[in-house]
Amino acid sequence: MSTPQVPGPPHPGDWRMRGAPLPEPSGDVPGAVTEPLPPGQHDNGRPDGLAGGLGWMSLALGAAATATPERVAHLIGLPDERETRGVIRAVGFREIASGAGILARKPPTGWLWARLAGDVMDLALIGSAFRRDDVDTRRLTTAAGAVAGIAALDALVAQAMRREAAPVEAPVEVIVFHAVTINRPAAELYGFWRDLGNLPRFMRHLHSVAVLDERRSRWRAKAPAGMKVTWEAEITEDVPNERIAWRSRPGSRIHNHGSVEFVPAPGGRGTEVRVHLAYEPPAGRVGRLMAKLSGENPDWQVRDDLRRFKQLMETGEIPVSESSFTHGGPARPPKRRRWFRRRPSTY
Amino acid sequence: MKAICWHGKQRVTVDEVPDPVILNEQDAIVRVTSTAICGSDLHLFNGFIPTMKRGDILGHEFMGEVVEVGRGVRKLKIGDRVVVPFPIACGRCLNCERELYSLCENSNPNAWMAEELMGFSPAGIFGYSHMLGGYAGGQAQYARVPFADVGPIRVPDHIPDEQALFLSDILPTGYMAAEACEIRPGDVVAVWGCGPVGLFAIRCAYLLGAERVIAIDRFPYRLRWAREHGGAETLNYEECDVHETLKDMTGGRGPDACIDAVGMEGHAPGLTGAYDRIKQALMLETDRPIALRQAIFACRSGGIVSVPGVYGGFLDKFPFGAVMNRSITIKSGQTHVHRYLRPLLDRIERNELDPSFVVSHQMRLEDAPLAYEMFAHKQDEMIKVVLKPH
Repeated sequence: MSTPQVPGPPHPGDWRMRGAPLPEPSGDVPGAVTEPLPPGQHDNGRPDGLAGGLGWMSLALGAAATATPERVAHLIGLPDERETRGVIRAVGFREIASGAGILARKPPTGWLWARLAGDVMDLALIGSAFRRDDVDTRRLTTAAGAVAGIAALDALVAQAMRREAAPVEAPVEVIVFHAVTINRPAAELYGFWRDLGNLPRFMRHLHSVAVLDERRSRWRAKAPAGMKVTWEAEITEDVPNERIAWRSRPGSRIHNHGSVEFVPAPGGRGTEVRVHLAYEPPAGRVGRLMAKLSGENPDWQVRDDLRRFKQLMETGEIPVSESSFTHGGPARPPKRRRWFRRRPSTY
Repeated sequence: MKAICWHGKQRVTVDEVPDPVILNEQDAIVRVTSTAICGSDLHLFNGFIPTMKRGDILGHEFMGEVVEVGRGVRKLKIGDRVVVPFPIACGRCLNCERELYSLCENSNPNAWMAEELMGFSPAGIFGYSHMLGGYAGGQAQYARVPFADVGPIRVPDHIPDEQALFLSDILPTGYMAAEACEIRPGDVVAVWGCGPVGLFAIRCAYLLGAERVIAIDRFPYRLRWAREHGGAETLNYEECDVHETLKDMTGGRGPDACIDAVGMEGHAPGLTGAYDRIKQALMLETDRPIALRQAIFACRSGGIVSVPGVYGGFLDKFPFGAVMNRSITIKSGQTHVHRYLRPLLDRIERNELDPSFVVSHQMRLEDAPLAYEMFAHKQDEMIKVVLKPH
């Protein structure tokens, strides 16, 4: 059961709120109030000029890709195949369309976002090309770097133009709720969870949790593109065998707060574990979109983490199949060498 | 090692693949001595089960010798001769505690895929699509078996492979199908499909006290097997109106229980058959529930329809009005194999049951592509083929 992106915490009568309510967002979480940007930050012509440049770049790239796809393929390190050429040509047409759109419309914000979406798509395509073994990895890496740089530029310009066009929205808080029933007593589950260092064993995106003292802990998590993020959290509520609530400490780069409840399930069916998580995606909407595209959707993350928690607590291990190691490949034993490199982190 | 791999619709090949390794502490590696092609493998072969990937190792009926165990394995020892149940079960979740092993809540690492299609996920299954776990199958020289203390059962040395192998799937499947019929003295049971599961269902129905069993198929050799090995009366659905004939044979009541051992790729002569074939080809329905429709229609009011046949997705023209208005009970499910291993092995040891009668062919593992062809096209009167990997 999940709650897709409701802005603000669930209301008190909500069925999800049986038990205790979510902690209120801490004071350091910005964005409870919508603040219009101070006026006078526009009309310096820069984003427009830059936007125009990006438009022309799209046109030029598009022309090259549609006219000579085989050269583009060579440039970015892909083998010259019919399929590759087709994809590159399609990308080219898309570029021409967004270039023309940017140059024709004022303000071209929408088309800039389209460009950014295109960049993300290109990154995904390049990413998938890495799986093949007939590509020039060095060229491909350079291409990925270039696209990432352009994406950043697109995002900056689009963001700047949006700020001109509209008042800044409140940062969107993502709220996730999931529950799982685990065939173990509440005390055991609480005990395992309360020892925060255990969490990375089933929370796949976590690298480590270091307990600093009774309340404070430092969390390190994997972020998209091989980056790591660190933040400090504190426990705001701790009812043994029943409930733990936490929030990120003031000044953290990641803002989140949440709770986990352990409620005995009816008829001796074990324990219902209910997790609420509210968090602000870094980099706002763009960050959320990127996270979603790279499979880092927080809703799925919580769901899958809870599933692994259940597996670990009930069976003592997190079962994996051959396909867990081939990342979308066939169900057959991995080669030993690759297997070690690609081992799922939770094992 | 050599393994039978799926490479698309009606394409299986013998591939050289890496040997399996222990991936979880409770795993064991089994050196496969016998493996079989299941009728449900033909649904994979014919491309009707979603989330298959090129290169997947097939096979969920296998047995062999334990050659390696993980650190967390307590009971199983290297050298043990075991049969492996096709569903993978953890033994500790609520469904496993209730002996609903094929509904294990923990054994499918790709549970989210199954949830998309079916709401919740059943257990993982060896070599049966990524939605059901993405586990490498047992039509290979070696296989990795998760939760090795829960699934595999030791087989005494004096019982040959051919008698023990089918404990992995089809014998318990036929048994569970018959058990679901809640047979009472005097009951008539009709069985659609005279493949191995159908044959075992016939045998088990008699074992559980059925008065008469009527078997339905269209291949004369299969009907002959049902008569000779199962002791069933037989109907060829291409030669008679099944519904009318069953009615006539049961004094106008209809069979007390009907077993659909056909599943998603049913055939029918004439218009109905053509209708379902076209709809399935156009992807307007995923399954051709021809046998199931017939079984529901034929079943006596208040009777039971038991469905061991495999269905994959969404059925069309499903006669639920008949089910509701005539109080018909439908029972189905992937077999909870673990539940039946001990009692059925005991029956085999006591010579009450010799499952090896279904074996019509024995081939080398390397011949599997040919075996799939023959089995799919019912050539050479194939009923069941056992493959020898070593």
